Amino acid sequence: MDEQKEWQPKIICFVCNWCTYTGADLAGTSRLKQQTNARLIRVPCTGRIDPVFILKAFEAGADGVLVSGCHPGDCHYNAGNYHARRRCIFFTELLNFVGIDNTRLHFSWVSASEGKKWVDIVDGVTNKVREVGPFRDYHKLNMVDPILLQHDEVAIDHV
Amino acid sequence: MKIGVFICYCGENIGRTVDCAKVAQVAATFPGVEHSEDYKYMCSDPGQNLIKQAIREKNLDAIVVGSCSPHMHEKTFRKAAASAGVNPYLVEIANLREHCSWIHENVEEATAKAIDLVRIAVEKVKFNEPLTPIRVPVTKRALVIGGGISGIQAALDIANAGYPVTLVEKEPSIGGHMSQLSETFPTLDCSQCILTPRMVEVYQHPNIHLMTYSEVEKVEGFIGNFKVTIRQKARSVNAELCTGCGLCMQSCPIKKKAFSEFDEGLAMRPAMYVPFPQAVPNIPVIDRDVCTYFKTGKCMMCQKVCGRQAVDFEQKDTFITEEIGSIIVATGYKLYSIDKKPEDSFIKGYGEYGYGKYKDVVNGLQFERIASASGPTSGEILRPSDKKEPKKIVFIQCVGSRDESKGFSYCSKICCMYTAKHAMLYKHKVHDGEAYVFYMDIRAGGKMYEEFVRRAIEEDGVKYIRGRVSRIYEENGKYIVKGEDTLAGVPVTIDADMVVLATAMMAQTEAPQLAQMLGVPYDKYGFLAEVHPKLRPVETSTGGIFLAGACHSPRDIPESVAMASAAAAKAMVLFGSDMLEREPIVAKVNAGTCAGCLYCKKVCAYNAIEVKEIRNRQGELVKVVAYVNEGLCQGCGTCNATCPSKSIELIGFKDEQIFSEIHALADMY
Repeated sequence: MDEQKEWQPKIICFVCNWCTYTGADLAGTSRLKQQTNARLIRVPCTGRIDPVFILKAFEAGADGVLVSGCHPGDCHYNAGNYHARRRCIFFTELLNFVGIDNTRLHFSWVSASEGKKWVDIVDGVTNKVREVGPFRDYHKLNMVDPILLQHDEVAIDHV
Repeated sequence: MKIGVFICYCGENIGRTVDCAKVAQVAATFPGVEHSEDYKYMCSDPGQNLIKQAIREKNLDAIVVGSCSPHMHEKTFRKAAASAGVNPYLVEIANLREHCSWIHENVEEATAKAIDLVRIAVEKVKFNEPLTPIRVPVTKRALVIGGGISGIQAALDIANAGYPVTLVEKEPSIGGHMSQLSETFPTLDCSQCILTPRMVEVYQHPNIHLMTYSEVEKVEGFIGNFKVTIRQKARSVNAELCTGCGLCMQSCPIKKKAFSEFDEGLAMRPAMYVPFPQAVPNIPVIDRDVCTYFKTGKCMMCQKVCGRQAVDFEQKDTFITEEIGSIIVATGYKLYSIDKKPEDSFIKGYGEYGYGKYKDVVNGLQFERIASASGPTSGEILRPSDKKEPKKIVFIQCVGSRDESKGFSYCSKICCMYTAKHAMLYKHKVHDGEAYVFYMDIRAGGKMYEEFVRRAIEEDGVKYIRGRVSRIYEENGKYIVKGEDTLAGVPVTIDADMVVLATAMMAQTEAPQLAQMLGVPYDKYGFLAEVHPKLRPVETSTGGIFLAGACHSPRDIPESVAMASAAAAKAMVLFGSDMLEREPIVAKVNAGTCAGCLYCKKVCAYNAIEVKEIRNRQGELVKVVAYVNEGLCQGCGTCNATCPSKSIELIGFKDEQIFSEIHALADMY
């Protein structure tokens, strides 16, 4: 492992298939360059996103998490993004209470035609998270119980 | 599970920025990966054959393809896997192109990201299940929203193929903007002459259910199985009894209260009116806002003279629900025009042209009405203020279009052509008149279009000046137009009698509202969005809903007609079979763990969750659980996220699948 390499923030993004994922595709088709820190996980709708996913993302070592879906009123499934919005509001409060810097969790509405906006958001979140630094506390907590982690790996190999 | 990984170079598209060979090598080391290779073009026949071969030789259970976006080729690779015996849903795509090689430059970083993206897909596919498509019946009936030339064309195509169509139009008559035009370019055909036969064909067609003065109120359901509620607004006239004799309109004393929408505000119409004499259906409507009866309870002249007792002041809006298989949106455009209150106008500005201030500064549609034989001036070119014949008209192109600062950044496409047409019509009617056109560019890209503009210049002597106009003001009864001739490099001043502005073609005001009702995306201008601008221009991301005409983007009549036929063809693809195959990405309930709290039912936007009773052999009720109607479920997963016990899961995006995707990133960097 290159210890000497400058630390780069790891951003995990949960994006909805119809709007943001397609908007990110448009950013690609338009060849709009952006930073390499984001990893996208596709869900059909932001309504599918359980706050546990966000916790798992931090557990996996993410320094920042971005949740992005369709604009209010434009959800492909009518109302999924409204549910996501409400869950996210509560969850942000909870994270705040627990002492996790809100700068690590971001939400955005990006439509399928907003390629440029997606780039601005990804770069923006990456820069903000870079400023607050690495988020190792949760990840370290996870590493403390290697028995649990081993159990996970066994489960995966079994499949 | 034995997984095969296939990394595509996509020629140079991925290969230039991502080290595909390295990605394939690293992927080979992932637990569970039995086979890993790279190839120049995975989607090609030889590429697909590599996949099929590897499946057969190595007995693979699932495959991961690192390639372009799944929106491009997921179906391709699913088919390839299926033909080699692997269930098509045991296929996952890692987007290495749109989400990686095309947006990054640093090869090392892009390659590391590509490896992560492949790993995410590999970990997910381990938890995928084999699935079979769901089959639902199809209602073989189409709905066309909008009765302009696009809607008419689409409806006729579908009806002539033998399928029933419902055509909904919000105005009292079909015809749209094309019925307002005087002549059409490049043939100078009389617009109504070519349109009205079609309108009549629609009216008389046994397969077309025409609903005018109606609007779509609600849309439920999904592809092949829509349920649409249509509001039929009250005409105050019983359509079954009315013969279209017109006596009521003639007898209506309120002749000067309302501006005729059809004549773009240049003439008045009665309270009881038909938008134009060739209206289809030729059944009048009472404008209840200006009708004396609705304001004071008096008059009722129309009812008195009607020989058929067709006037019905008590008539109310009615709601009709129809079962529909596919929907075509053909709601057309709106031309930018100064509203009664310029400050409410979407495009702020062009006040410097006196638009909205001077009666003789008009827009393109207003000029069409002036030039039209059935218009307010019977086809004579007379200016609105004093009905005198203008001897000098200035036409200004690009008003509101191609203008980032106070208009729309796009080009409205039709203005260069119709301005040339307007100038020609003017010159044909006023032989000693002078026509000037201020232009930025001339866009005449259609068949015979360039020749048409040349005719205007060479045969009809229209003077084209390349430059913009900065200001128009009135002086001594003339409109002083101050512009520039950039080719000669001099300022130009023209004392015009009338000015015609080629204003921007916009989306309809209610377009976003309709789009939300249908669940169709739209852009910042209100134009409805297609799935892919190049290869799928008439489909929307909502299955079963198609686009035709200017509601998609500015376009002329031939393009609108072509697009309408294309949309009709797409709509009819659904009618080709009795059953439709739907993606099996739906929710499923584990009745064993479900506690019957029914929170999932509360959040389902499609009412796809029902209550099921679980009884023992004695018939006693054991418990009540949730149950998913696969026909209705659209696969959003909101129920899954809501369920406290995760007894309801979205197949294809279950918690374990998403957790494994996240865990895959645990060793990042």
